[in-house]
Order: sequence, then C-alpha cells, then structure tokens
Amino acid sequence: MSKSIIHAIFDDEEPLMATAKTLGSKGIHVKDVFSPFPIHGLDAIIGVPRTRIAICAFLYGITGTTLATLMMWYMMIHDWPTDVGGKPSFAYYMNVPAFIPITFESTVLCAAHGMVITYYLRCWMLPGVKAKNPDPRTTDDKFLMVIETKEENKANIESMLKGGGASEVHFK
Amino acid sequence: MQHESAIREPLILGKKSYHQITEDIVRPIEGKASKYWYILLTISIVCFLWGISCLAYTIGTGIGVWGSNNGVDWAFDITNFVWWIGIGHAGTLISAVLLLFRQKWRMAINRAAEAMTIFAVMCAAVFVLLHTGRPWLDYWLFPLPNQFGSLWVNFNSPLMWDVFAVSTYFSVSLVFWYTGLVPDFAMIRDRATKPWAKKFYSLLSFGWGGSARHWSRFEEVSLVLAGLSTPLVFSVHSIVSMDFATSVVPGWHTTIFPPYFVAGAVFSGFAMVLTLLLIVRKIYGLESYITVKHVEYMNIIIIVTGSIVGVAYLTELFISWYSGVEYEQYAFLNRATGPYWWAYASMMTCNVVSPQLFWSKKLRTNLAFTFVMSIVVNIGMWFERFVIIVPTLCRTFVPSTWNMYSPTFVDWGIYTGTIGMFFTFFLLFTRYFPVIAQAELKSIVKSSGQEYKEKYAAESGHAAHH
Repeated sequence: MSKSIIHAIFDDEEPLMATAKTLGSKGIHVKDVFSPFPIHGLDAIIGVPRTRIAICAFLYGITGTTLATLMMWYMMIHDWPTDVGGKPSFAYYMNVPAFIPITFESTVLCAAHGMVITYYLRCWMLPGVKAKNPDPRTTDDKFLMVIETKEENKANIESMLKGGGASEVHFK
Repeated sequence: MQHESAIREPLILGKKSYHQITEDIVRPIEGKASKYWYILLTISIVCFLWGISCLAYTIGTGIGVWGSNNGVDWAFDITNFVWWIGIGHAGTLISAVLLLFRQKWRMAINRAAEAMTIFAVMCAAVFVLLHTGRPWLDYWLFPLPNQFGSLWVNFNSPLMWDVFAVSTYFSVSLVFWYTGLVPDFAMIRDRATKPWAKKFYSLLSFGWGGSARHWSRFEEVSLVLAGLSTPLVFSVHSIVSMDFATSVVPGWHTTIFPPYFVAGAVFSGFAMVLTLLLIVRKIYGLESYITVKHVEYMNIIIIVTGSIVGVAYLTELFISWYSGVEYEQYAFLNRATGPYWWAYASMMTCNVVSPQLFWSKKLRTNLAFTFVMSIVVNIGMWFERFVIIVPTLCRTFVPSTWNMYSPTFVDWGIYTGTIGMFFTFFLLFTRYFPVIAQAELKSIVKSSGQEYKEKYAAESGHAAHH
C-alpha cells in the first residue's frame, strides 16, 4: 500500500486547530504542523508529547553542582590548603559558605548550556543544516499541516481540509 | 482564543496582519540604511578606534598611564566595569523576569534589550581584563594546575566569584538571545532574494522550520532559561557588590550592598534600554510596536528602582552615623562634603530626585522628556560608582596615604572607546538582526493588538445589550 503525504496550508491558526480536531475525531493523524509562531493548545490536539528537555536541564544542573563541589574541595581543602587572611581551609563544611556562589554559577552554567546543546542536537539545528519547513511561507504568515495517509483516503481528507478552511492542499 | 481585558491598552497599534508584522520587522534589514545610521556608525567607530589606541598604549606601557595611584588603586577601570555590567542587567530582567511574570509588553523590547546586555558585558569585560595590569596573563584567573607558576586560585575571594559569575552571565545571556533569534533568522532566510543574504541567514538560522515539536521545545527551553537567568542576574550584581562589601574599607563594608547594587543595575539598565529604543523606534518606524505604553511601563520601573536606590543611599548614611564608628562616619561625610562633593551631589540629583518626576503621567508619557531623563539617570549611575570608589579610596584610615585622583586622557579614551564599541555593535545589530522578536509578537497580536481588542470590545458590548 503506497503512502501519500498531504500538505494543507491555512491562513490562520484557528481554522487549522479546528480542522486538526475534526481530523483527530475521525481517526486521521496529523503528523506535524509548521507555523510562524508557537500555537498554544495544538500539541494536545495533534498528540505532541510534552518535551522532557527540562528534566535534562535538571540533570545537567546537578552535574554542575557536583563538579564545582569536587573542584573546590580538591583545590582548596585537599590538594593545597592555604591560609588567606587568617581563614584556614581545614574542612569543606567549614569553608562551604564561601563556595556557594561558584557552586551556584556552575550549576546554572551547566544546566543552561547542557540544555541548549541538547535542544539544538535533538532538533538537529546546526549551522549549514537545510531549512526544515516544506514551504518558505510558514515562517511568515502561513500555517502548514502535514498528514500521512493511505492513497484511497486522499479525496476524503482533501474535502475535509477544504471544508475546514485550508487555502491550498498539495499532494506529495 | 485568549482574550484580554478591554481596559488594558493594546501593545500593538493599528491593523497588523501576520504578514504586516513580518514586513515591518524586516524593513530595516532589507531596505537601505538611513543617513542617520551611517552618521551614528561613523561617530561610534571613531570613538571605538580611539579606545583601541588607548588600550594598546596601556598594554604597551603599563597601567601607570592611568590616573590610578597608590591610594586610589581602583578608579576608572572598576567604575566603568560596574557601570557597564549594571546596564546589562535590564536586558536579562526584561527577557527573563518579565517572561516568568508573563508580561506581554516585554516582547517588543526583549530582543534589543538582550543585545544591549551582551554588548554591555563585553564592554565591562574590557575593564576587568585590562585592570589586572598584565592582561596577557589573564588566563591565570581560571583554576589551572600549579605548574603554571601560581597556586590554585582562591575560591574564598569574591574577585574569583566574579570571574565565574560574569563569564556564566555572558555565555548564558548569549545563548538565550541566540536561541530566541533563530526563528526570526529563519523568517528572513525564507524571504531573502539576494544570494549572499540567503546564505548568511541560512547559516544563522540553523535550518529552523517551526514544526510543532520544535516550537514546544523552544518554549520549554525559553522558560527554563528564564528560570535560570533570573537568580543568575541577581547573583551577578550581588557578587560584584561583594567585591566591595567583603573588604574592610570604611564605606564599602556594608551589608546593604547586594540589594542596593541590583536595584541600581536595573535602574541604569532600563534607562539605557530607553535611550536605545527611543532612537530605534524613531529611525526604523517601529512606533506601532514600541508604543508610548511600553515607554510608560519602563518609566514606572525606573521610579521603583530609583526609589529603592534612594532609600539605600539614606540607609547607608543613617547606618554610618548610628554605627558610632568614626572611620565609617567620616567616609560618608567625606563623600558628601569632601573634595568630590560635586560627584555626590550629581549622583543624588540624577538618581534620587529626578526619577521622582515620573510620578507625573504627563512627563512619563512624554518621549522627549523620557529620552533626556534616560541619559540623566545613566550619568547619575556612573557617578554612583565613582562616588563609591574614588572618594572612599582617596581618604582611608591613615591620613598620610590620602591622595587625590584625576583621570588621564587614557582613562577617558578607554571609556569613550567602550561607548563607541557598544554603539558600533548595537548599530550593526539593528541593521542586520531583527530588532523585535517577531515570532513572539505574532502570537500576541490577537490578544493584545489594537484591531482585535477593539473588535472584541465591540462584540462583547453588543452582546451585553441583548
């Protein structure tokens, strides 16, 4: 059975959302939507799971906390303890108030950069990558819906899309 | 569709379709640059080059060419460092704190404000890197092994905290800014007709397509970055203030410094945002997006932070008297009535008295007045840092070490140079990068755009009659 891809273009996000809802209720899966800005509420309709990138950020963050703690313990307490201004470095817990700022900065540094690097890699966005939107107008004012379906459903879906307010329907 | 109260003033004026927003934002990039842009850029580059020559002279000869001396060993360098880094804070406040508070008015100004942050931190970095005296050894600031000739760096020192705080702040602000820019670069890429422009913006946009999954991640990343940047921005200026507060110099050894510095930073930063945006909206015709209401909101923040700064000044004076420590008392008496009384008086006038004029709605919605005030505030905040540093160091515990300070032409040259560098970068930014986060603006046009608000108000008013 050959699969067919439909690109439907809408001029506004509201009819797109309504159409996606109708299609969903008929059991037709909307594969993706390309839009000039984030459409709130669309993810639940087309079944985009909530991203786990915040969990990544948390994990990178605690890695940063750990690295900073180990670094300062090693350099200040273990390897070469110094006595600056009558404030000796006897034990980590005694000096820890002075280490809090850098521990915090390191947590933020690792959480932020780790998360952003993960984001770019997960979306595969890098310098030189080809534009991912199928139609260049979707970064301006057009909204593009991608549907993957069987050959025989094409006509049915087309009429639903047109009825829902799609201004153009293309078959790929 | 989310609706907003009719009482709230619209944030986007006139009839704006999604396409019209695109057109308005790319006009400065696709069109020809105006005469004013070239004039401003030329002036900025000249200042920048003069700064570079003074910088080269300093590196070649040593920091003896500065006015700093044995008593006043921190002077223009640290004054300018704190001034610049403080200016940077408003950008993060707008993009991070206002995002967490869901303030939609941030969307028209956050891009330019974040750019300002990045350029301001770069200017600040010039001074810290140079004031070490031997800038080619600046890598010693990082925790490198002992074989490099020194012991480990001292993590108990606030100056070391500063290295970590400022570098984290700069790099996190940079990725926050860039991540927000990517969808807008993609918009410019998709409509570019000139081949070099297409190539340039393709490279910058990382292949962004705007699929639902990517937008969902994009929003989560922005939210988490905002959550991380909020404590970060407060930590940075707190740590800068601890460079002073953890010393035992009278006038510096005060617990009020961290909140006082943060308020002052936001105060001066908003003033700089106003200076820049009032020019940008005029030159590029962005009056429908950066409205008088936006300016008014920023002026309100200026009153609030200006008042916090004023209360901090008075608290400092009271505590120095109440402490009963004569060195502490003298430090403040000397600031107000000593040889640098004029700096203290300028600081008090510009920072405490003048922002109170914004209580008048007529004045805070007057653009010309706001522009003048934004410059007055930044002059005041520069004097604040000067007052904290120079008059304090010129008269410390032992009168035999008392010393006057006056800046040399090199001090002025490097300062002028950083201002030139800041404006050079900012002008290039406004010419080649989208100055307004258009993707975000498109998402609020239906809830906060004038046309939609009026339509909705008419509909609901009509419904109420039945």
